[in-house]
Amino acid sequence: MSFLFDGKEIAADASQSIGAALIAAGYRSWHTTRHLGAPRGIFCGIGICFDCLVIVNGRPNQRACLTEARDGDEVCAQEGTGHG
Amino acid sequence: MVGAGMVGAACAYYCAEAGLRVGVVERGAVASGTTSAGEGNILVSDKEPGPELDLALLSLRLWTSLGERVADGFELDPKGGVVVARTPAALSGLTSLAAGQRAAGVTAEVVDPTELEPRLTREVAGGVHYPQDMQVQPMLAAAALLRHARSLGATVHTGTSVLAFRRGGDGGITGLRTSAGDLDAQWVINAAGTWGGEIAELAGAPVPVLPRRGFILVTQPLPPSVIRHKVYSADYVANVASSDATLETSVVVEGTRAGTVLIGASRERVGFDRTMSLPVLRKLAAQAVGLFPFLAEVDLLRSYVGFRPYCPDHLPVIGPDPRVPGLVHACGHEGAGIGLAAATGHLIAQSLTGATPELDLSPFRPDRFAAEVVS
Repeated sequence: MSFLFDGKEIAADASQSIGAALIAAGYRSWHTTRHLGAPRGIFCGIGICFDCLVIVNGRPNQRACLTEARDGDEVCAQEGTGHG
Repeated sequence: MVGAGMVGAACAYYCAEAGLRVGVVERGAVASGTTSAGEGNILVSDKEPGPELDLALLSLRLWTSLGERVADGFELDPKGGVVVARTPAALSGLTSLAAGQRAAGVTAEVVDPTELEPRLTREVAGGVHYPQDMQVQPMLAAAALLRHARSLGATVHTGTSVLAFRRGGDGGITGLRTSAGDLDAQWVINAAGTWGGEIAELAGAPVPVLPRRGFILVTQPLPPSVIRHKVYSADYVANVASSDATLETSVVVEGTRAGTVLIGASRERVGFDRTMSLPVLRKLAAQAVGLFPFLAEVDLLRSYVGFRPYCPDHLPVIGPDPRVPGLVHACGHEGAGIGLAAATGHLIAQSLTGATPELDLSPFRPDRFAAEVVS
C-alpha cells in the first residue's frame, strides 16, 4: 500500500503510522511552527507534543505519529496552524 | 506574604512600592497553585452590583496602570467580553443584570453578538458587550510583579513551607517558622489562595476557604481572529454565584496570545481531588461546540484542572484579622483572583501603611463568618 505525501508516493506497511512511513522514506520534518516557520517532525512520537502535524485528505492538524496510513491517502506538509 | 500566586505577588508589589520590607514565602514555585490553573480573567461582566464589583472596578484601573508601568510584558489584553443569551428569558435576565452593572459604573452595551463574533452560532437571542473585560497571562504577571518587588528589595523564598507562626508576649505575630528557618515580620499576609484556610488555622484565626474544582480544555492553536473576545453564556453569572456542591457547567470560550483557545468552565465541590473527569470534559466540549459550531472540527491539545478558593458568601477575605494582631488576609477570591489581585494588593498596602483604604474593607473582613460555618 502507499499514500501520497505532497504528491510523492510513499510506501507504507499495514498499521504503520504516517509518521513512521515518512521517517522510513527519509523525511525528517514536515510541519513548520506558526510564528517563526521553524521545521518540525517527530519529536515525542506518542501524541503529546503536536509537533508532527500533517494535513490528511484535506483535514489539518493530524498527528502523523498517531494517524494510521491508509492506501491512497493524500497527505500534505502543514504550515503553522493549518488554518491558512 | 505567604503565597507567591497572583495575589501574593500583587501584595508584594504594592507593599514594596509603598516602602515596606517584603519577604514572600511559597511552598511550591511561583504561580504553582490556582494562578496557573485558570484563564487569566480580569472581569467586571460576571459580577453583580455590590462589594465584589466595586473591588473589580478598582482592580481594572490598577491593572491598566500596571500594564503601562511594569516593563515585562504579561500579555495584558483589553479584548472585552461578550455575554451571549441563547433564549429570550436569558436575554431578559442578562439585560437587567447589565442595567444594574451600568448604574454601578460598568460599560455594558446590548449588542447582536454575531456582529462581534462572526463564528458564533446563529441560534442566539442577543447579548451584551463588556469592553472593559481584560485577560492577562497570569503566570507571567505574577513573575513580573515579583521581579519588580525584588528590584525594590523584596526577597522571595520558593520551596519553603510555613511550619508555625511565631508569637510575642501579647499573642501578636512576630514572624514565621519556615522549613528554611525563622523569618521576622511585623505582619504576615495570608495570600495562600485555596490553601488560605490552612494558614489561617495555623495562625489560630480560621477562615472558611474551600476548594471549588474547575477544568479547562485547550485547543490546538488557531488564527488570532477566529475568536476575538471572551465569550460566555449568560448562565455563567448564575453559576458563579451559586453555592451548589454538584457539578455545574457554563460555557466560556476565549483565545489566547499563543493561539490556543481555552474552554471552561466547570464548578464542583469535591475537595482537592485532581482526578481527570471525562464526563466533565465532554460536557464542556459539547457546550463550546454549541456556542461556536466550527470548534467541532478542532482538536484539543490537553486539559487542566485547578481549585478556586471559595468562601461561603463568595467574597474574598481581605484585611487585618482583629483576632490575631499582625495577621492579615488576602485570600478566598474564588475564580476572580487574577482580576481582583491588583486591588487586593493595593488595599493591603494602604491598610499596612496607615493610609485609608480606597475601598471599604468591611464586606471582606476575616471575622465575618459565623462560628458554625467555620467549624
